[in-house]
Amino acid sequence: MSDAILVTDDLSKSFGALAAVSNVSLCFGRGLVHAIIGPNGAGKTTLINMLSGDLAPSGGKIRFKDRDITGLPPDRVSQAGVGRSYQKTNIFPRLTCFENCWLAAQSREHTSMRFFRPAHKLFAVRQRSERALAACGLEQRAASVAATMSYGEQRQLEIGMMLATEPELLLLDEPLAGMGSDESLQVIELLRRLAQEHTLILIEHDMDAVFSIADRITVMVNGEVLETGPVEQIRTSTAVREAYLGEEDDAP
Amino acid sequence: MNNPSRSVTILLALGVIALAVFPRFGESFYVDLVVRMMILGIFAMSLDLLIGFTGLISFGHAAFFGLSGYLLAISTPETGPVSIWLALPLCLLGSALAALVIGWFSVRTSGIYFIMITLAFAQMLFYFFNDNTALGGSDGLFIYFKPGVSVGGVTLLNLDNVNTLYYVVLASLIGAYALLRVILRSPFGRVIQGIRANEARTRALGFATFRYKLVSFVIAGTLAGFAGFLQGVHGGIMSPAYLGWHESGTVLMMVILGGIGTLYGAVLGAFAMVFLQDWFQELTEHWLLLMGGFVIAVVLFLPNGIAGLPHQIGALFTRRTARPPPERHGE
Repeated sequence: MSDAILVTDDLSKSFGALAAVSNVSLCFGRGLVHAIIGPNGAGKTTLINMLSGDLAPSGGKIRFKDRDITGLPPDRVSQAGVGRSYQKTNIFPRLTCFENCWLAAQSREHTSMRFFRPAHKLFAVRQRSERALAACGLEQRAASVAATMSYGEQRQLEIGMMLATEPELLLLDEPLAGMGSDESLQVIELLRRLAQEHTLILIEHDMDAVFSIADRITVMVNGEVLETGPVEQIRTSTAVREAYLGEEDDAP
Repeated sequence: MNNPSRSVTILLALGVIALAVFPRFGESFYVDLVVRMMILGIFAMSLDLLIGFTGLISFGHAAFFGLSGYLLAISTPETGPVSIWLALPLCLLGSALAALVIGWFSVRTSGIYFIMITLAFAQMLFYFFNDNTALGGSDGLFIYFKPGVSVGGVTLLNLDNVNTLYYVVLASLIGAYALLRVILRSPFGRVIQGIRANEARTRALGFATFRYKLVSFVIAGTLAGFAGFLQGVHGGIMSPAYLGWHESGTVLMMVILGGIGTLYGAVLGAFAMVFLQDWFQELTEHWLLLMGGFVIAVVLFLPNGIAGLPHQIGALFTRRTARPPPERHGE
């Protein structure tokens, strides 16, 4: 665990009297797929929102590559190399697939405060968007307006936009949510490919998917970490079984 | 991204040609009226950059229009013209600076709060000029001489000539449109349009959206200032009414009636408002009633404004022809 890319230290978030996340101290190893599971309301999305800068923590620290990023706004976190996809599809519906990825890719330019040169002449941005489209499997749909695509394709685009920002660490909030089984298999395959070159932090309810692609798993209940460990440890843990897995799934 | 279609471009080109030949046929009264339309067209386009392309609904945009007009009035001596090379940069810089300050506070907010804060700033400026007797109070200031346009003692343009002024304003209108089109195609233009569609996502992609909104606000304010400068040159007077909420509301209405997010729609809105106002005023003293009826009709029947009209007619036509012939069973 010496090679950690992201470390949280006593990270907490409360909304008024409600402690959504309390004292979460986790270490995410570079190059691993680290899944976070837990029942609804366990604080998983709140945790991700703090990691991505969408929410400012009430307490604790976040360090990304040995740099304190606690409380930085989302654009600075993104520029530091943390990419994020959302649980609810969060794309630009009136732009084409390609234009969606373009805007994401353009964010890696030194500046976008350029007023007179046509954007489409930025060669590096074009390359990055094309790479991202290919990686998420939407090359054929480049010219399609995002709003007209199927739900599964929009979810793929969501991931494609994240990839176009060329992040090192990917935060994926339920990438399989609401997908049919065929689409799920495609996305699981995509996540496997991404895992070869990136570090992934993954929230997911599909346990088969989690157990098949994760290296490590953290179980959260009521805003706290119940247990963290390798997949086998979580699978056989009685505490986890009682608190969470047992309720849904008698024979994991 | 939001470029006008070929047929729209052809229509716009025809419109420009019509404007270019108009002074040869129109009476001088109407030439004067069209100058006013074109100036307000530039003003409305600058607001459309905020509303239609950045997602910022400003209700205080007249602040920059009026402020710039006042700067021209103040810099024009009572004894002779001011050089345009002094007055124009002063007006542009002044409105840019005002937009930077007002924008710095207001673009942090959004929605109804942005509307209220821009309105509040504009009203502050309104009362500053309205209550300042040294600046003419509520009567405002006369601009006795139009700025001189000369280089090395040689007069290039005589803005006192209504035809010359007409072509200067027409060139400004075309120039402003082209400038905004270029900006909208640039990397910056893509970012602000992303902000309009989904600001949170644009930010999550790594753009410091505050800065882009602020710069857009400054560009729009400066262009509104340019329109205010032309208004001062054309009207020869500047009064607090030009920066009041009524003026801000009027230009907002022009953008909405013309069609948000098209640029040329804002110009069409300005032309329609000025034309109808002039026409209705001739018909009846209760012209505001007719104006209100017109606004309601456009909002109800033309959801995309006047600019959306050709498309709407086109859609109606294709639906008619595509529809299968009516069935006549059992008649």
